[in-house]
Amino acid sequence: MVGDLGPHAAFIVAAYASVALVLAVLIAWVALDYRAQRQKLAALESRGITRRSGRT
Amino acid sequence: MPLIDLANPTRFLALAARLMPWLIGATVLAFAAGLYLAAGAPDDYQQGATAKIMFIHVPAAWLAMGCWALMSVTALGTLVWRHPLADVAAKAAAPVGAAFTFLCLVTGSLWGRPMWGTYWVWDARLTSVFVLFLMYLGVIALWRTVEDPARAGRAAAILTLVGAINLPIIKFSVDWWNTLHQPASVLRLGGTAIHPTLLYPLLVMALAYALFFLTLHLAAMRNEILRRRVRSLMLMQAQSAPGSGA
Repeated sequence: MVGDLGPHAAFIVAAYASVALVLAVLIAWVALDYRAQRQKLAALESRGITRRSGRT
Repeated sequence: MPLIDLANPTRFLALAARLMPWLIGATVLAFAAGLYLAAGAPDDYQQGATAKIMFIHVPAAWLAMGCWALMSVTALGTLVWRHPLADVAAKAAAPVGAAFTFLCLVTGSLWGRPMWGTYWVWDARLTSVFVLFLMYLGVIALWRTVEDPARAGRAAAILTLVGAINLPIIKFSVDWWNTLHQPASVLRLGGTAIHPTLLYPLLVMALAYALFFLTLHLAAMRNEILRRRVRSLMLMQAQSAPGSGA
């Protein structure tokens, strides 16, 4: 089990930690980018600049 | 919904919004099951507990190559069929593919040090995967260099198709050359060489990685569509500004 990772435990833990870190960075990148694009769109639309298909 | 409807970015966004919660849930469940099975998997008779690195290293390698293969298909979509979402899909996939290739290299090094006695050797498998990582960075740089998305998409598509030559080189490098890296043990002609107690956790982790990739790719495509909307609105704003000549 996980409790006994043997003499190379540091390498195993470092490998799993690196995966967790990179996946977390990817999630944060996508989430922050989404928020930034939504904010830019909202700012443009609040100034009356909208897509033709979005006009009523 | 007919498949052709997905060519419409607005319909694609609506479909992505519906799929996203299900994909996130499935990804979390698959990771929980995969990590549980990986934790309970027995040690390898030669490598001991370091074989647990296999459960995160091998799926990263599969995704690294699979992502480039997907980008190659979308490159054809850009150059041949001129599908409006093809270069959106390619641009969104590149950073995710680069991250998986990076993880493949890092976890491989951390596995190699206790097993081979070194973090790195310039053998055929390791070098060809490193070349794949550099190609991902090249495609990302190209997207950032060319301002017009349509022109950038065509240039990136050509680079992607040229880079696809590296995929069979990576796959067969362990057969064509003498390498420190072990030969294929899961996807091979004679069937898998891994015992089921190690194979099943590996396959569940591979499913989790694939679902994670799918979720993130969909989210990144959504972001790219919004970015292009922002760009076209800003162009409209610039053209309608006084003194723009429009």
